[in-house]
Amino acid sequence: MLIRRSSDIREFEVTDHGLYLGRRKLLALGAAALAAAVASKAAAAPLTGVIEGPFGTSEPLTSKIAATHYNNFTELGFHKDDPAENADRFPPLRPWTVEIGGECAKPGRIGIEDLIRPHALEERIYRMRCVETWSMVVPWIGVPLGDALRQFEPTSRAKFVEFTSVHAPNILPGQKTDLLPWPYVEALRIDEAMHPLTLLAVGLYGEDLPVQNGAPLRLVVPWKYGFKGAKSIVRIRFTETRPHTTWNDLQPDEYGFYANVNPAVDHVRWSQANERRIGEFRRRPTLPFNGYADQVAGLYAGQDLRRDF
Amino acid sequence: MKPLVFTLCLLPLAWLGWAGMNDGLGANPIEFLIRTLGDWALRMLLVALAVTPMRQLTGWGWIGRLRRMLGLFAFAYALLHVAAWIGVDQFLDWGTIGREIAKRRYILVGMSAFVILIALASTSTNGMIRRLGGRRWRLLHKSVYAAGILASLHYLMMVKVDIRPPLGHIVILALLLGWRVIKALPAPTPSGRR
Ligand code: HEM
Repeated sequence: MLIRRSSDIREFEVTDHGLYLGRRKLLALGAAALAAAVASKAAAAPLTGVIEGPFGTSEPLTSKIAATHYNNFTELGFHKDDPAENADRFPPLRPWTVEIGGECAKPGRIGIEDLIRPHALEERIYRMRCVETWSMVVPWIGVPLGDALRQFEPTSRAKFVEFTSVHAPNILPGQKTDLLPWPYVEALRIDEAMHPLTLLAVGLYGEDLPVQNGAPLRLVVPWKYGFKGAKSIVRIRFTETRPHTTWNDLQPDEYGFYANVNPAVDHVRWSQANERRIGEFRRRPTLPFNGYADQVAGLYAGQDLRRDF
Repeated sequence: MKPLVFTLCLLPLAWLGWAGMNDGLGANPIEFLIRTLGDWALRMLLVALAVTPMRQLTGWGWIGRLRRMLGLFAFAYALLHVAAWIGVDQFLDWGTIGREIAKRRYILVGMSAFVILIALASTSTNGMIRRLGGRRWRLLHKSVYAAGILASLHYLMMVKVDIRPPLGHIVILALLLGWRVIKALPAPTPSGRR
């Protein structure tokens, strides 16, 4: 795996060079193109052909400005407003490819378009609960992760799925620090990954995913705390043993591997019994599995969720 | 000078009030309010602790007269910080408040700092100084060093990963306290013997 890692870095440097060329071209096209580019940054391209997906909540949506300016995306900085502020450091990198590997019959490198296009884009309005006791209601756009993964034919030894986020310390300000061990890695058990609620998202509020929300490709697992949702994914790997994950490795008593939203299990430093919905004044009670217990509680039958928190 | 510093000390509060009325506190205004008030409580405490070293370095006696006011501002911001947590964040849910204080070490540490600040603020009037007597009063007010250490520790403990900002405050505090330690050491005699 280590060998693959080094080839990954090379791959990224190549992309980065392409990016640089892109800038030169922009300059050559002159002010008009620049203005257009700036405008397009302000208003992302709307996604077309999106159908309404299942499991949607009818709760009022969090404002788009809040959902795109109050983010945890440590690659772009450690404060909530950093990701939006630093978004232009990480312009949409195309072609974006994802390396698929591990316990599957068809490993390889696949472009984001080929990963997503075979499936209908769905809008899913999900509650999103952060481990820091705030929550939002967000209209994601994406495809069920299970549908996207099946084409690689995971074998019977594939018990977990690991997601690795982009690693580009040359451009990502957070990765210039060693506050977290980079790259960011998250993982799900295979049944969690294949669950119809789990979404591979490429959009938000009808448009391409903004950089600060994990562009161009991120994971959304609505019954788990937000940190499970790996952003800017560059690699997906099927594994037989449980992968190491960033926060769990860093502070295992504070951030569990499962990280299912659970009002009965406190974080070491704060209670998880309630949450502040962004835009609301009073705290509200937190629901088991973030309100998705009917869909997912069965995945954990017989498991002690106080131990496996 | 005093009215000018007084006004300066009110600026963060005025800015918070203005931003609060103009939707300028961000997506999570309550968290922002609590954190900003906590930040200024600690900053005011450090500024108050900087008065004595500054006076000794510059020889400007008038700086010393600002000390009480700065200390009281530290207390005022801490009071608003705690009041915001109790009143707006926990919404006077006393059961939860009690449990949180007992269960969360960083809250307990902040609470200890706050208790010290209450004791210091309530004995800062001329009448109280007279009643306690200068020696006892000075001894009591040495606990401001403990308040500074506890408040910085409280900050360090609440941070998730980026411990650089609390460490910055801790370095400043260490300089301010270290200065006092050096000053308190007996000066060496010319022959090198004590
Ligand atoms: C009963 C006493 C106290 C309580 C209950 C308390 C509560 C809190 C809470 C809940 C936070 C974290 C807010 C969050 O996670 O968003 C916090 C942060 C903080 N508190 Fe306190 N606190 C107390 C006393 C103090 C005192 C006396 C000081 C300073 C003199 C102080 C300075 C700070 C600072 C600097 C922060 C960090 C703000 C930041 O993140 O920028 N606190 N406090």
